[in-house]
Amino acid sequence: MGPVLAGILQLVALIGALALAYIPLGTYMARVYSSDKHWRVEKWIYKGIGADPDTEMTWPAYLRAVLAFSLIGVLFLYLLQRLQGILPGSLGFSSVNPAQSFNTAASFVTNTNWQSYYGEQTMGHVVQTAGLAVQNFVSAAVGIAVAVALVRGFARSRTGELGNFWADLVRGTLRILVPGAAIAAIVLVACGAIQNFSGIHEVGQFFNGHSMGGSQQWNGGAVASQEAIKEFGTNGGGYFNANSAHPFENPTPFTNLFEIFLLLVIPFSLTRTFGVMVGSVKQGYAILATMASIWLGFVALMMWTEFAHHGPALQLAGGAMEGKEVRFGVGSSSIFAVSTTLTSTGAVDSFHSSFTGLGGGITMLGMMLGEIAPGGTGSGLYGILIMAVIAVFIAGLMVGRTPEYLGKKIGAREIKLAACYILITPALVLIFTAISMALPTPPHSMLNSGAHGFSEVLYAFTSASNNNGSAFAGLNANTDWFNTMTGLAMLLGRFLPMVFVLALAGSLAEQKPVPATAGTLRTEKPLFTGLLVGAILIITGLTYFPALALGPLAEGLAS
Amino acid sequence: MTTRTEKSEDSMSTATPTRAPHSDVPTGHKAPEGRVGAGLFDPKQLLKSLPEACRKLDPRVMVKSPVMFVVWVGSVLTTVFSFKDPGDWFGWTISAWLWLTVIFANLAEAVAEGRGKAQADTLRKAKTDTVARRLAGDTEEQVPGTELRIGDLVVCEAGDVIPGDGDVIEGVASVDESAITGESAPVIRESGGDRSAVTGGTKVLSDRIVIRITTRPGETFIDRMISLVEGAARQKTPNEIALNILLASLTVVFLLAVATLPPFANYAGTHLTMVVLVALLVCLIPTTIGALLSAIGIAGMDRLVQRNVLAMSGRAVEAAGDVSTLLLDKTGTITLGNRQASEFVPVRGTTEAEVADAAQLSSLADETPEGRSVVVLAKETYGLRERHQGELAHAEWIAFTAQTRMSGVDVDGRKIRKGATGSVIAWVQEQGGTVADDAGTLSSAISQAGGTPLLVAVKDDQGARVLGVIHLKDVVKDGMRERFGELRRMGIKTVMITGDNPLTAKAIAEEAGVDDFLAEATPEDKMALIKREQAGGKLVAMTGDGTNDAPALAQADVGVAMNTGTSAAKEAGNMVDLDSNPTKLIEIVEIGKQLLITRGALTTFSIANDVAKYFAIIPALFAAVYPGLDKLNIMHLSSPDSAILSAVVFNALIIIALVPLSLKGVQYRPVSADKMLRRNLTIYGIGGLIAPFLGIKIIDLLISFIPGIG
Repeated sequence: MGPVLAGILQLVALIGALALAYIPLGTYMARVYSSDKHWRVEKWIYKGIGADPDTEMTWPAYLRAVLAFSLIGVLFLYLLQRLQGILPGSLGFSSVNPAQSFNTAASFVTNTNWQSYYGEQTMGHVVQTAGLAVQNFVSAAVGIAVAVALVRGFARSRTGELGNFWADLVRGTLRILVPGAAIAAIVLVACGAIQNFSGIHEVGQFFNGHSMGGSQQWNGGAVASQEAIKEFGTNGGGYFNANSAHPFENPTPFTNLFEIFLLLVIPFSLTRTFGVMVGSVKQGYAILATMASIWLGFVALMMWTEFAHHGPALQLAGGAMEGKEVRFGVGSSSIFAVSTTLTSTGAVDSFHSSFTGLGGGITMLGMMLGEIAPGGTGSGLYGILIMAVIAVFIAGLMVGRTPEYLGKKIGAREIKLAACYILITPALVLIFTAISMALPTPPHSMLNSGAHGFSEVLYAFTSASNNNGSAFAGLNANTDWFNTMTGLAMLLGRFLPMVFVLALAGSLAEQKPVPATAGTLRTEKPLFTGLLVGAILIITGLTYFPALALGPLAEGLAS
Repeated sequence: MTTRTEKSEDSMSTATPTRAPHSDVPTGHKAPEGRVGAGLFDPKQLLKSLPEACRKLDPRVMVKSPVMFVVWVGSVLTTVFSFKDPGDWFGWTISAWLWLTVIFANLAEAVAEGRGKAQADTLRKAKTDTVARRLAGDTEEQVPGTELRIGDLVVCEAGDVIPGDGDVIEGVASVDESAITGESAPVIRESGGDRSAVTGGTKVLSDRIVIRITTRPGETFIDRMISLVEGAARQKTPNEIALNILLASLTVVFLLAVATLPPFANYAGTHLTMVVLVALLVCLIPTTIGALLSAIGIAGMDRLVQRNVLAMSGRAVEAAGDVSTLLLDKTGTITLGNRQASEFVPVRGTTEAEVADAAQLSSLADETPEGRSVVVLAKETYGLRERHQGELAHAEWIAFTAQTRMSGVDVDGRKIRKGATGSVIAWVQEQGGTVADDAGTLSSAISQAGGTPLLVAVKDDQGARVLGVIHLKDVVKDGMRERFGELRRMGIKTVMITGDNPLTAKAIAEEAGVDDFLAEATPEDKMALIKREQAGGKLVAMTGDGTNDAPALAQADVGVAMNTGTSAAKEAGNMVDLDSNPTKLIEIVEIGKQLLITRGALTTFSIANDVAKYFAIIPALFAAVYPGLDKLNIMHLSSPDSAILSAVVFNALIIIALVPLSLKGVQYRPVSADKMLRRNLTIYGIGGLIAPFLGIKIIDLLISFIPGIG
């Protein structure tokens, strides 16, 4: 079996698995967020944090809860790292410096999981498990909660109420993420991922570049459990620096495919949740179709550019194998790279910097689209719904009515909020990159010169602002400049959009519904899906065209 | 019936069942077949509006359109930089085309406004300073029309121009309202009832009336009309505001993309000049729609004015596009003004032809529309030539009166009568005849079918007897069924409003093909219906003219008052139809839709255009440092300068090329949303992707022939 065929078969298996999970998981999540029953353990938690899970919140209240919870998360994580040196169970690692602590705290709370540190050389068990792993769950739950609040905005009328953040947060964590991650962790352990609390092992006799005899240090750790939520919650922060390329995290081709499945399954299935909650599963299918077309198109493009790359070495290897694991191959690595950048995961099983010029561009463009195909847990759904609002506004005019989506009018207020949303990430990416390029010192972090060097910086801020977290590799991001700036980009790129999403949700929930007639734009039809794909590609694509031209396009078209 | 229209008057002389629905009210400037889309555009208007377009270059005016203001600032910048480097032909050329881009945008707006100005001038002529004859107690005093106050009483006699808006409180007069409506036939204005409103600037042709002034000078109907058609009172509509926000945010996005480019380019080893950066920015921001947006709005209002409809706000025009329920008065809108004879039904023992002949003879002296329609039906179905009253010697004509409710003729010893059932039966019995049994059954069958029966009776040597029944029914205007079908496909529900009983209403509703009806409608019923529909999130449009329609007109999202109506109705509605043709509501909805479609289509076109411009400019800027990027030069443009210039020139010319479309509006057909979207996406989306590739290539070819550039 050739590598191309293998890649395609893996893709088919992946799609089959996602399709099987779609309806049960999507419907289950809709039930979780619509149920009026509380589990006993949930009641204890509510009592513990002093929240009343049955109080409905208006959008400002919901937003305050999101921001307060996240702020506490950042502070806690920051302190945990700063105090690591005096905490037990830290494998002897010292405290993390302020800039890097800030960066890492921002990174894990924003579901970005950008890592400017080497996991196995910086973070001990306590920070990894009590700090980072906890945020892996709750940051994903926050994303889903905000998405659900927006969906409620569409589904509800004549009320400003969007649900209760604390209930959404706790349920998302306990009823969806914890059980899902537990099952996934067992599968990963069964397939060879490690799960222990053992210390650092010195293992010897490696080729160190000159001669045999070098040694390596291998950490033990609760890897499988963190790996499971790392993918399932679209986090991406690896236990090890090598992330999913490391055999302890991702031992076999099967676990590789399984991890891709994990990171895609919630974002895709949320479209079902959306459909069920707004009372029309067809509307969910339309959004699913939009996400799936973009994702599949990107996978096809990536496989094409990675397999077709010329040069004798590449052809002998059956494609661009530099930076890819031999056990995964070009096909599976391409699917992983596209999936991780089109979601907010940012886990990597291969090095995006080593992809072909165009391949690197595809990973960047995937993030630049705002990670909406299918996007992060929750953030993908609300991101694409915002784009749907924009597309409906333009297309809705073309059918001769004031635009409306799901029975809600898209007026000046709605379009203002949606427009602010789509402004934020381009502004962050372009301004931070431009300042970094203009200042004298930051470019010293680049490993390469020319277009590839520029791509490293562009990729870093694209990844941070869009809360992806994957790194292009090459760039030394552990400087005060990059730690601080990417940290800011992550926080602004996560919470500013949430402000507008929740304000939009509030505005929609207050409206009275407009009944659908034959004159209404049918947003559940393939025509609308096509339109939405076009709007996403043109509006976000055009924003970044000049920057992409000077990075990956210049490199990819050079040969 | 709570509403009446002027139709009852003019149909006296013109009612025939074969007329097209749109020809009932002749107007000075009619659109062909009442379809939206046709608007006049004369290229000469462009030249004429040029001075106005240049006046609009004032930054205080420009800042109102965020997109074009950015272009304006860009033009200033490139001009300044060109002065610093006067030998650079490229900078000068780009500057010139950027200024042209701004002027073209202003031109579009100026042309749109110019069309309203012509109309306003005509109106101003009507508003010459008048002298009012004000009543002070019993004496009359002459005061200037501008000094009238609300509540003043003025007298107008034949030949006087009415000095201000008001209600007739005494007398009846014929008034020439052509100054406002363009309709030369005079109309009757009388005290009391729904035809008491008079408009300042119109002229009394006969009789004497006393008017109570209801509007302050300067706020009269004609003043408001002038400011509306001139666009002076124009405010941005909700959808226009929303679209402006989206365009502004796209402008900011592209501003970011361009503003962050210099450090990237410096790193790549090339320096971008200010002229090039501005050119790139102007090409990317949505200038096409930004330039034409206000022209589209003005032209939309203007299309209504051309159809003699005055919208008091642009908001109402937009709301018209969203309407999902239309309340239509039966009389005058769905049916012709009056009931008409539709068939002759003989009783046992007589023939249809006999009934027809007798009916025609007995109706010759009946000048009501019903009577005329009997004569016409007999002529059309039985070839009975209409006999004139003078033709028959020794005939004694009995004219129809409201008291006898019968008409007829006594000739050659025959007495023929036709009239209301009760009256004719009484007459037959009085003449010693008997009424055939089936006369009663036939009559009630007609009543149940929603019609009105008239009996035809004769007294001759065989005695007095009933010959048969004339079936009078409401005649649905031609083409209404199709029209309602179209509306249904557009997702609009039609509700017929009538004072008829439910039985009659149902029969007519079925025949006309409306979706629903409201029978025995009182103003309260109407109001309740509107509120019910609105509670379900629907937008409601209606027409009305009576004072008791005013609350409903105010409640409806689109309330079209008839110009013949009372001032209360006109005040309550948000549109006034000068032709007083309720059928026009359908056209108003179409114009509203067309306005929104035109905006959407040009926005889509504008955004789709950007793809080609990138393919022209990016390789031009960077192929020198990264030769691989020349692969993006798929248009094979001759040189970097020519590529940038071609994109800028295309960007400017496309505005002028689309001015006619923005004024006329995108072609509109009443089809479902899906079909409409598919069609417009293909033309303006796909077309918008392809057109600039061709346009830029052609301009580049032309530029490359200019020596020293190519």
